[in-house]
Amino acid sequence: MDFLAPVIVIVVLGVVVWLVSGPLRAGATVVEDADAARREDLEAAKEAKYREIRDAELDFRTGKLSEADWRALDRELRAEAMELLRRLDALG
Amino acid sequence: MDPSRKRRIRLVVALSAAVILAGALAYTSFSASSAAVSPSRLLASADTGHSYQLTGKVVDGSISRHGDATLFRVRDRNGSASVPVRYVGAVPDPFRDGREVIVTVRKRGATFVGEKDSLVTKCPSKFTDKPTSKT
Amino acid sequence: MATVGQACLILALLTCVYGIVASLYGARAGRRDWVDSGRRAVYALAFLAIVSFAILVSAFLRSDFHYEVVATHSSTTTPAFYRAAAAWSSQEGSLLLWVLLLSLWSSVVLFLVRRHLRDVAPYATAVLLGFGAFFTGLLVFAATPFKTMAVAPPEGTGLDPLLRHPSMMIHPPMLYSGYTLWAIPFAFAVGALIVRRVDADWIRATRRFALAAWCFLGIGILLGARWSYAELGWGGYWAWDPVENASLLPWLTGTAFIHSVMVQEKRGMLKVWNVSLVLATGTLAVLGTFLVRSGILDSIHAFGASTLGAPFVILIGLMIAGGIYLVVSRRALLASEHKLDSLLSREAAFLGNNLVLVGLAFVVFWGTFFPLISEAVTGTKAAVGPPWFNRYTVPLALVLVLLSGIGPVIAWRRATWANARRNLLAPTAAALAVLAALLAFGVTKSATSLAMFVFAAFTVAVVVQEFARGVAARRAMAREGPLRALVSLVQRNRRRYGGYTVHLGMAVLFVGVAASTAFQHARDVRLTPGTTATVGGYQVKYVRATARPVYRGERLERVALGAVLDVRKDGRHVTTLRTERGYYPSAAPFASGSLIRGIFDGDATSEVGMKAGLTRDLWTAIQPDPEYLNKVIDATAAKTAGKPPAQQAQAVGRLLSVYRQGAFPAQFRIISSPLVSWIWLGGIIVFAGGLIALWPAPDAARRRVTAGYAARVARELGRA
Repeated sequence: MDFLAPVIVIVVLGVVVWLVSGPLRAGATVVEDADAARREDLEAAKEAKYREIRDAELDFRTGKLSEADWRALDRELRAEAMELLRRLDALG
Repeated sequence: MDPSRKRRIRLVVALSAAVILAGALAYTSFSASSAAVSPSRLLASADTGHSYQLTGKVVDGSISRHGDATLFRVRDRNGSASVPVRYVGAVPDPFRDGREVIVTVRKRGATFVGEKDSLVTKCPSKFTDKPTSKT
Repeated sequence: MATVGQACLILALLTCVYGIVASLYGARAGRRDWVDSGRRAVYALAFLAIVSFAILVSAFLRSDFHYEVVATHSSTTTPAFYRAAAAWSSQEGSLLLWVLLLSLWSSVVLFLVRRHLRDVAPYATAVLLGFGAFFTGLLVFAATPFKTMAVAPPEGTGLDPLLRHPSMMIHPPMLYSGYTLWAIPFAFAVGALIVRRVDADWIRATRRFALAAWCFLGIGILLGARWSYAELGWGGYWAWDPVENASLLPWLTGTAFIHSVMVQEKRGMLKVWNVSLVLATGTLAVLGTFLVRSGILDSIHAFGASTLGAPFVILIGLMIAGGIYLVVSRRALLASEHKLDSLLSREAAFLGNNLVLVGLAFVVFWGTFFPLISEAVTGTKAAVGPPWFNRYTVPLALVLVLLSGIGPVIAWRRATWANARRNLLAPTAAALAVLAALLAFGVTKSATSLAMFVFAAFTVAVVVQEFARGVAARRAMAREGPLRALVSLVQRNRRRYGGYTVHLGMAVLFVGVAASTAFQHARDVRLTPGTTATVGGYQVKYVRATARPVYRGERLERVALGAVLDVRKDGRHVTTLRTERGYYPSAAPFASGSLIRGIFDGDATSEVGMKAGLTRDLWTAIQPDPEYLNKVIDATAAKTAGKPPAQQAQAVGRLLSVYRQGAFPAQFRIISSPLVSWIWLGGIIVFAGGLIALWPAPDAARRRVTAGYAARVARELGRA
């Protein structure tokens, strides 16, 4: 047991160092891709906006919103969705 | 009334209500509480009729039962001053000699009567620091 | 192997420190490789925690008493399942479990969001590793589980028999998962505030984890309540004990957060409130972890005074101070995008819900810390009891249940009275019908319980109405059969219908609490074999005594003295209850020279006799009369002292048969409690609802829907 313990510790240390230094060794994509991050966030915002549009329709169909209120809200939400799409397109 | 004024009024009303309720809460807690005392404190200054939350250890060999009641003595955690307690109600499983207990009592004559079902026995110490050598 | 474990802990601490530095450097310098390295430090921490934990658990399973924690928390007579779980019944093991769960959950989260929130994530990683560093630091410097002794004792002290119950073993991992999962929204909130990205993006990313935290914490709390009810000899499930309360506090603020977050997502309001709530919940979770091991409050759980108090207080202080600083310095960014338009709106209902929940949290907090508060104010420590807690929490709970019925049917922004009336008509009618029925049946004993039943009926009716209307709408839109419509309705609107299911479960749970509290019949009676007692309309007869030794393999695990009770109602047999009191021999049963002393001087636990039912539970616990028992034990001990073990064992056997045949009196606590099962059932429904809300939407369906909508919006774009 006496010599096994240090061996195991060294193996564990090796795994940790290998795991943690991976990105540093790769080196390739070092430049922070700000655009990709922005795109992901806009996509998430777009998904949420679509969920809102669907929620509003369900609210109308289950009687919580009057038709007039729903149409107004739907128009507003779709406009916001379009704005998000526009910003997504602008990113290229 | 324009909307912003309405909102300000709502805010003031809500805050006042919260403050009043919190105040009521704080006030009643002081009057509804029982002072937590050790046996030596209790022996020194206990008023008849006042309820106290007694904390201490069960004196070894002091537990006896008479009918519904359980009689035992509670001593200071680090000391020997002890008080007699007469208790009717649920007795927790870990209750035995030497265990730490919390029980709400009222003084009646020379003995202290425990409030029904108020006896709490602490689980035996697991999270304390132990002395280093243990062979 | 202990040295390997210790080395892993030291390595873990170093990894945390490295990860913090790497993440912060990568964030400031814009270097993604360093940020990724910092994130991988979390994965490495998880790896190290798994290895350390595996070493500890294997030591417990092997009953390796060289390890001090194993010798003091387990024994060879402890069953294998409980031996493994005994690992986290110790201070050191529980801290290691905290690190393990923190690192595992953090790894999952950071992996899932690795491509999002690029500016916030590094700071969140640093915060999470900060927690990791704190706990591993405690493990390395103050409470190591890998301390060994040169000479291993032949037997361990054993796991407290009170903890040998499945609920009690799953309770800490569930609770700690809840606590550690709340660290994640906390960390992301801190990160978002630091980089001044406080819109709903960070909420969207961590909302699921807040919900998962809420579920796990809730399950942990309910398991603790279940253990108390089924295992302890008092027959109750909640005692307003400080440590119970400590776990409830983050759950209450967490519930508030889950609701108010929706307001921020929809209307950009309550930003300061939300971020404060999530910071508070994370802080309360750490506070809860601290309270159990601090000894600053008198509690059935609080185990003496420990040296870990000071570091925890510093950490909590840092969390509070840091949180306040961040919120105050970023308050301009946290301004609301909109204002509250009307008091009759879902925003207002959510705000009401939040106020009630925070109010509840305040009450519980005040009552829990009252001994410290009163000491600061008056100089003497004073405590408040359950009656005080109930006085304030009951009305608040009533309002909460009512709001959970009203909220779902009110529209966002501004509901009209006509609309509200239309939606609330049927549920109100149902509630009034229930009220009439209850009054007709004479259920008038407790006004608050009556109110709870009526409000719960209202909420249940609202949920049923919502599901019905939703199914009808779905069928109109997609021409599906009712069952198909229900399934696809829930699938496409998981958050909404998961949430409604949770409301349903909570209503059921509160009905169970109200009924079992107000309409319980409990009696402490003293019976001898053949005698009968009447409890709440039931005739309970002590039929006969039982006495048996219980062996685990070769060793005697415990001696159980008990009773068989026959329960009748109006002459008809209802059930047979069996209850026992188990006497566990102390670690060295022959130390006092007499086996029988060794057995009866050890720990004792109740084996509760229970018949659970949908309408009521029958519960009983036995306490054999010690006076009579002691006489027989003393006599036997005197006769057999110093005799060989085999003879002593025989004497024990004889004592057991004497108990079985003699007419020894015993103390029984007998309880007839209506609707207790509804509490557990309600809990299951709540977590089913939580699971529905948590479940990720199937990718394909989402993409299909998205594509359809995208086409429509694009078309309109073209037109506009």
